[in-house]
Amino acid sequence: MLVVEGLCTEYHGDRGQVVKAAQEVSFTVEEGRLFTLLGPSGCGKTTTLRSIAGLERPKAGEISVNGQLVYSSSKGIFVVPNRRGFGMVFQSYAIWPHMNVFENVAFPLEVGDRRYARQEIRDKVMRVLTAVQLDHLAGREATKLSGGQQQRLALARALVMQPALLLLDEPLSNLDAKLREQMRFELKRLQRELKITTVYVTHDQSEALALSHRIAVMKDGRIQQIGTPREIYEHPASQFVADFVGNTNFIEGTVVGVAEPAYAISAVAASGASLAGSPGGPEGSAPHDGGAGASGRCLVRTEIGDLKVHATQEFGRDERVSVSVRPEDVELSEQKPAGDNVWEGRVAQKVFLGEAVDFQVTVGPRTLLSRRHPTLRTRIGEPIWVQLDPEKCVVLKVYG
Amino acid sequence: MSTTTTSIEALGRGASPSGSRGEPEPPHRAGVRGGGPGGLARPTIVAPAFDAKWLVIGICVAFTVYIGVIPLGFLLWQSFRTPQTAAADAVWTLANYAQAYGTLENYRLFWTSMQFASGTALFSFVIGTTLAWMNERTNTPFKGVIFALSLIPLVIPSILFTVAWILLASPQIGIVNLVLQSWLGLERPPFDIYSLPGMIWVDGLHYSPMAFLLMTAAFRAMDPSLEESATMSGAGVLQVVRRVTLPLAWPAIVATILMLFIRAIEAFEVPALLGLPVGIEVFTSAIYQAVHRYPSQVGLASAYAVALLIITSIGVYFVSRLSGGGSKYATMTGKGFRPRQIDLGPWRWLTTSIFIGYFLLIVVLPFAVLLWSSFQRFYAVPSMEALQNLTLDPYRFIFDYPNLWRTVGNSLLLSFGAATIVMLVTSVICWIVVKTTIPGRWLLDNVASLPIVFPGLVLGLSIMIFYLNVDIGIYGTIWIMLIAYITRFMPYGLRYSTTSMVQIHRELEESAAMCGASWFATFRRVILPLLKPGLLAGWIYVMIVSIRELSTSILLYSPDTQVISIVIWELWENGQYVELSALGVLFITALFVLVLTTQWIGRKYGIKD
Repeated sequence: MLVVEGLCTEYHGDRGQVVKAAQEVSFTVEEGRLFTLLGPSGCGKTTTLRSIAGLERPKAGEISVNGQLVYSSSKGIFVVPNRRGFGMVFQSYAIWPHMNVFENVAFPLEVGDRRYARQEIRDKVMRVLTAVQLDHLAGREATKLSGGQQQRLALARALVMQPALLLLDEPLSNLDAKLREQMRFELKRLQRELKITTVYVTHDQSEALALSHRIAVMKDGRIQQIGTPREIYEHPASQFVADFVGNTNFIEGTVVGVAEPAYAISAVAASGASLAGSPGGPEGSAPHDGGAGASGRCLVRTEIGDLKVHATQEFGRDERVSVSVRPEDVELSEQKPAGDNVWEGRVAQKVFLGEAVDFQVTVGPRTLLSRRHPTLRTRIGEPIWVQLDPEKCVVLKVYG
Repeated sequence: MSTTTTSIEALGRGASPSGSRGEPEPPHRAGVRGGGPGGLARPTIVAPAFDAKWLVIGICVAFTVYIGVIPLGFLLWQSFRTPQTAAADAVWTLANYAQAYGTLENYRLFWTSMQFASGTALFSFVIGTTLAWMNERTNTPFKGVIFALSLIPLVIPSILFTVAWILLASPQIGIVNLVLQSWLGLERPPFDIYSLPGMIWVDGLHYSPMAFLLMTAAFRAMDPSLEESATMSGAGVLQVVRRVTLPLAWPAIVATILMLFIRAIEAFEVPALLGLPVGIEVFTSAIYQAVHRYPSQVGLASAYAVALLIITSIGVYFVSRLSGGGSKYATMTGKGFRPRQIDLGPWRWLTTSIFIGYFLLIVVLPFAVLLWSSFQRFYAVPSMEALQNLTLDPYRFIFDYPNLWRTVGNSLLLSFGAATIVMLVTSVICWIVVKTTIPGRWLLDNVASLPIVFPGLVLGLSIMIFYLNVDIGIYGTIWIMLIAYITRFMPYGLRYSTTSMVQIHRELEESAAMCGASWFATFRRVILPLLKPGLLAGWIYVMIVSIRELSTSILLYSPDTQVISIVIWELWENGQYVELSALGVLFITALFVLVLTTQWIGRKYGIKD
């Protein structure tokens, strides 16, 4: 189990300025879980990982693995990286070009404090090479491996000393798209089989969603949200998270009505037309989050009209908000559907992607992006009905 | 941030943060390493109080500072002192500078030096650029072979090259002169090597392979697509050259010319052998004269040396500015590309003959004349009569030369020793500079590079002054020469190490740390093996330049510590030309074999690819 508490790391930039790379970062990774630090470049995710590794010296905070402190600013503990016994896969793989496959993997067993017998080293190395399916290449020059094989070699080297913690720094970013997808499954299988506590750093949201037990989304050195992949995707806590994790439509607006769990939406002064009949709709009669109390519905006045939405946070009346709707949740149909949040729009642009079609639909002054199955064949310029399921509309606070 | 910073702080902490150690250890604290039965009994919480790596780093830094700073300090100090004699102690004075710069005579010295150095730089630049262009951008036949052959002069010591050209073009005995006189019926010899143009000719030819290499690198580094896109925009050949090629290449051009200028103004052999007999003095020969006058005028020599040092420093400063700020000019990309070659048509035979002519001038003629002269009893111009008198006497003389083996031994010891120490020290230095974040590391880089501004003669002078004043018992021994060689070639070794070190990705080292390797294990098992090709190349370079070193040794040697190049110098002074030629032939052959062997070994063990 990894516990990171109040971690702050700074470094000096090129011109000597202080870069606050990680600030007040705290999280816990349960034994055997894969935890992902997700964020754009420069968000501090790699610095956080390197602080855990001991390659950066933090300014403040505490890091412990399996109850043992490896760093604590208050107790003055800093374990040097070569004494931490963590495995790490670097972005560049850092395969030593002057050693062959076997020698690369054997290295950690040869340089550590513990001495292994020659035969023991052989056994351990071959076992881990078999696990990553490189056993038949043990004698090959490390530089003669393909990208995917180098990646697995780096993984084998990190795993061979049975580390307490596995750190992965964008391990798939140097692979081409096809291979990346393949390695994603492989990595997941290995991690789940070995049940090794893992911290994974990536800027690729689909990688994060596919691999992780839990994800922390970072921005400007701070963690924005921690949750399971589904929580992060379906209930982003901020505009940033919604935007960074997948594509989304943002519709700006003002809260005009707050629904209590019982959905007694306050009367709306003007233009309540589109809201007619919606209060007390059967599908939303229970707060879906169960007991949080903050969760509920509210009515948001936007440029395309009043929108009934799902809220996980408290909002006051007249508060400026942003409503996030994923493209796959923007329903399109040629016949007018029944239900809430229905508008008539017009197809402005279509992009055929193979497994899906992206539609740009203009609704009033706005253009919404919708991802549909290719069976929908409405032509450009033709009218189309747009429906937004209130459950899939997430209201977010607007900052600044 | 890197591992070092962390470790420094860990070192600073030493035993102090042991508060945490006093706590009772919970059972699961037995090891961070999970799983397996092999958890550590007790992991070290903090780095040990004393890490031996700091000893290595400390020694290397102290050594570098000692080597880099001492000579300069004492040179400056001495230039403000009167000579110390039995009668009078040395006192502070400005008289040296007054004497050096107070007379009209010495402005002529400055002017001659500048003429000689600029002439040499421009001449070798023109040759080098032409050859590089023909080699890189045209379809000249056999250019690969010719390129390799043209680099042979890099191993020929300057003094032998100069002597060979005296034998070729002196007005009295020069073969070229005599041949042309008899063919064309001239009254006076057409060439006089003992003149400023003669000096420029010899030195310019000798530095031209260097210009060739530098400009080849510049041509290779230039992305042809930049020129091609200018062509696609509708520019003609001249416009491309004027608006794209030249503006892109000018940092490389200026840097090359400056570098050649520095080399030329530091040159000692050519001015001493060709200039002094006819009274053409430049800074280096003036310094030598001042030291060898009786009584020796070290202060005056120092004052000259300071001027020379200022000139070279300015040059080096601009060279480093030009090559350092290269990011603005994208000519130096590491990208591999196949430059488009110009089809010269029938003109390509002209370029081939230029190559062959160059090869004749720079390798064949000089070596042939030395070879010829080495089989003569007394020097004679080639003729049927002289052909009858071929003898092996000069070689016998050389092999019977007293202390020959000792001299060879000294040369080998000095060159191998200097090369090894320089490469080992610079590998640590450049690791500190490139891979750590220790504050002030740039200063270390500069200190280690400082000796590059020292002309060989000036360095010899400074070291001589220092160890005369600070007697630690090495003056007149081989150790003072070893120190001089290490000092002189440290900057070159550092360039080789640094170039390789920057190419080692930080993560290669960090991954070793993550694997549990200590600093020593990382350095020995990851850094050094990866540096090996660079270290080996640097080692070969330093060894070659050390073994033919003359201008530093000439102020420092004693009868016991003679080296081969000094013996050649003495033979020249004694007028023993044929013996000198024999030694020269042997020396060049040995150097050539040495280079080929080391390169072969290098290819076999150093560079895995």
